[in-house]
Amino acid sequence: MPVGERAAPVGERALGGEIEIDLSEVTLRELNQRLHAVADDGPRRWRVLNPGGQHAVAVGIDAPIEVTVEGHVGYYCAGMNKGATVRIRGNCGVGVAENIMSGAVIVEGSASQSAAASGRGGLVVIEGDASARCGISIKGVDIVVKGSVGHMSGFMAQKGRLVVLGDAGDALGDSLYEARLYVRGEVAGLGADCVEKEMLDEHRTEVARLLEQAGAGSVDASEFRRYGSARRLYNFEIDQAGIY
Amino acid sequence: MAGGGNPDVNGASGLRESALFDRRTIHEIHRMAREGIYDIRGFGAKRRVPHFDDLLFLGASVSRYPLEGYRERCDTDVVLGTRFARRPLHLEIPITIAGMSFGALSAPAKEALGRGASAAGTSTTTGDGGMTPEERGHSKTLIYQLLPSRYGMNPDDLRRADAIEIVIGQGAKPGGGGILLGQKISDRVAEMRDLPKGVDQRSACRHPDWTGPDDLEIKIGELREITDWEKPIFVKIGATRTYFDVALAVKAGADVIVLDGMEGGTAATQEVFIEHVGIPILAALPQAVASLQELGLHREVQLVVSGGIRSGADAAKALALGADAVSIGVAAIVALGDNSPALAEEYARIGTAPGFYDDWHEGRDPAGISTQDDELAARFDAELGGRRLANYLQAMTLEAQTLARACGKSHVHNLEPEDLVALTVEAAAMARVPLAGTDWIPGAESQS
Amino acid sequence: MCGIAGLFSKATEVEDRLGAHVGAMLSQLADRGPDSAGVAFYREPAPPGSSKVSLYSPNPTEDWSATASELEAAFPGSGEPEIRASHAVIVVAAEADEAEAWLRERRPELRVMSVGTRIETFKEEGSPRAFVEQFGLAEIAATHALGHTRMATESRVTTEHSHPFSTGLDLCLVHNGSLSNHNVLRRRLRREGIEFRTDNDSEVAAGYLMWRLREGASLQEALEGCLEDLDGFYTFAVGTADGLAVLRDPIACKPAVMAETEDWVAMASEYRAIAVLPGAADAEMWEPEPGRVYVWERAKV
Repeated sequence: MPVGERAAPVGERALGGEIEIDLSEVTLRELNQRLHAVADDGPRRWRVLNPGGQHAVAVGIDAPIEVTVEGHVGYYCAGMNKGATVRIRGNCGVGVAENIMSGAVIVEGSASQSAAASGRGGLVVIEGDASARCGISIKGVDIVVKGSVGHMSGFMAQKGRLVVLGDAGDALGDSLYEARLYVRGEVAGLGADCVEKEMLDEHRTEVARLLEQAGAGSVDASEFRRYGSARRLYNFEIDQAGIY
Repeated sequence: MAGGGNPDVNGASGLRESALFDRRTIHEIHRMAREGIYDIRGFGAKRRVPHFDDLLFLGASVSRYPLEGYRERCDTDVVLGTRFARRPLHLEIPITIAGMSFGALSAPAKEALGRGASAAGTSTTTGDGGMTPEERGHSKTLIYQLLPSRYGMNPDDLRRADAIEIVIGQGAKPGGGGILLGQKISDRVAEMRDLPKGVDQRSACRHPDWTGPDDLEIKIGELREITDWEKPIFVKIGATRTYFDVALAVKAGADVIVLDGMEGGTAATQEVFIEHVGIPILAALPQAVASLQELGLHREVQLVVSGGIRSGADAAKALALGADAVSIGVAAIVALGDNSPALAEEYARIGTAPGFYDDWHEGRDPAGISTQDDELAARFDAELGGRRLANYLQAMTLEAQTLARACGKSHVHNLEPEDLVALTVEAAAMARVPLAGTDWIPGAESQS
Repeated sequence: MCGIAGLFSKATEVEDRLGAHVGAMLSQLADRGPDSAGVAFYREPAPPGSSKVSLYSPNPTEDWSATASELEAAFPGSGEPEIRASHAVIVVAAEADEAEAWLRERRPELRVMSVGTRIETFKEEGSPRAFVEQFGLAEIAATHALGHTRMATESRVTTEHSHPFSTGLDLCLVHNGSLSNHNVLRRRLRREGIEFRTDNDSEVAAGYLMWRLREGASLQEALEGCLEDLDGFYTFAVGTADGLAVLRDPIACKPAVMAETEDWVAMASEYRAIAVLPGAADAEMWEPEPGRVYVWERAKV
């Protein structure tokens, strides 16, 4: 080992510019602390082995690094991510990329409930399906789901975009504010104050760009329908009481 | 209530007011018939409920000796968050400022709270709008709330905070979400909350990514991981099924429980919620303490209580019943100058009067406290407000120390339930202390 | 609030180690359910005319052989007690209601955890990991099983308040969530003759199923009835002599993960409880849809 280089801790190996950390040998806390402590000139590429469905893997990262998780994770993977690109080569539990600020989170499998909940920026891509409440309460994140999303997706979504190549479950966009929802497949039902809106060129361009970013650039943006707020819940009026 | 001071409705003229359909109720029914919606207001429960006033201290006597005021120490410090956090909070007084949002309150009002609390050596708490730089700048110790809405939530503020408070509910509306009406969604508020300007904010009542204590445990784990296990995690609940709620919050991993009785205030919610949901803090507090004792964690998981705390007497009684600290909301706003007689004319202009003003949701506060209007907010002097709050906190602390010394305590935390008696049967049953002059605690045999 | 798990085997190697697998699942669910644990295994059927009874005794020095001898005297051909910690499983040479009536009269201090032809139920206060050890789950073979770890909500932590709740012959239920109209339902079901021993909301759900089945509903219909008559949040897993069923309420806030391989079908509150099963990494995984009944049964011979 060259002088000055410290020995890698147990469970961590350096391989060709990439650091590998094995969660069957180190604790979750050690992993997250390592990822929080990456120096500006530190390693850019990280690989996490044997996540075994653990929760809170790679949360709170604030660095432009790449993290690849080899396997299935539990809840809140990549929660509050800032600037990193986190790729999950498996399925993820509740709240993947919750409150993401920037950067990207890519789930190669499927996502459980509340994917990208309250996300404020960045991009979340789900290659499989997302279950209920995908994009709940989002505040600026962009989400692209290549499969389908479950019921109450886009619930109270304030800002940001949700693009679904498959179908959407019931109560889509219930109580949403200004987020934009685009669905290509079937929509089982619309939630309170959510209506279909016209797809204009600007929307097709927006969808095309998101598809491109998500690696689905060959999909035709004009196959999508747009959904948004009817804005009748914005200020209470007695005649709208039935919507509540 | 027979007439409220107006002689015309008190017998002599033969007019008789109904206790059920009193003028206030009639007024409200007329309003409902006109507007078709529930009444929304701020403030806390206004009806009389059993409270700390119904308890009295047993001072020094032949068998118990007092401490000299001022000369003999009566300490007031408290540490919150010793269970798991690497950096618990050290406060000089056991009185904290409760969560109140920027949005509900003006920027200078939030600044004043920070100034006053810091001068007094205690903490403030953010609210449903997120953390402002002014508040972090002026608060020596700042607790950051995680609410169902997640407005403004971000990891940088999580790391800047001194503690994190997961809000499950508050006393005024256990089970309700936040409300901020359009007139208070100013440009700045809209931006912080990612809302369109001028719309009525609708908030969720459940968190978006967890429901139930089993999943709360996982959420707490995530927050600890993000902040490297430094910050104490508080869990705030409105008082309802307190005995079980406290046990669950503890099992989910809370470092501190914040318990808000039904008396607790709000900037805006439905009046029906405020007056008809939740239990008094007097009833909830002993349940919480019993729950903690049964888990063997009383004083290890600290308990902060709120809901109608107005004086050092209230604080001392809460501590005697087993709380580690109290939190003030409405009282802090009042200390800043809310409902001042000096504003009588202005209040009259908006249809109210000093001592009655509770339409904090409208954002027309002439004191500049519960408003987003720049002109009104400019009237509020944050520095002066800070001094007023610091004075008030100091006065409360002196009151509590006076009572504690009278009971022979060298630290306010040594106050105990046996220092108290109750004036009414209800208060005795709820607080689980004997009726004055007797040994009787109603219901004592069947209690959890 | 809790963790629930279900495992249904499609291969003999899995059957032989089912107890060990369920034990591993329960250990993964201990964080979300630290107060008590329980399992119901479906094992060798009792001979026709007999019934299998799972009994619990609060007495640590319970004399099970005395009870077994008396049962043998009353019902010749009854079996030896199979003892696990505070429980014993006895095959009684009588129909279920006869066996239960005898026990109620002669041994009222013993709690009947379940009765049926195949079911064996064990539940105990304390940590799930201790439970797995004490009850020797690693040695148990079974065709399918349900498991539960409990974080007590509105009712006490006692053995009786633990899940699974047995709802009838070979029937049991585990629940993750919190019902909101169980008190009203309990009173209604009591009037229909269903008995309850606790103030636990999950016991009411179990009683409701038993009532519907008694009145002639199929398992599917009874579970669909839950959607109408029960209010609150729930993921239910139900065990029958032949298999398992899963149902989530229409709002579906409480988690549920399902997985299937060639050798097994599993259900759990968290993926990490499934991750410990052989071949889990490549299993087909999905989440049950809200308001939809899922049933897996082995073909009846």
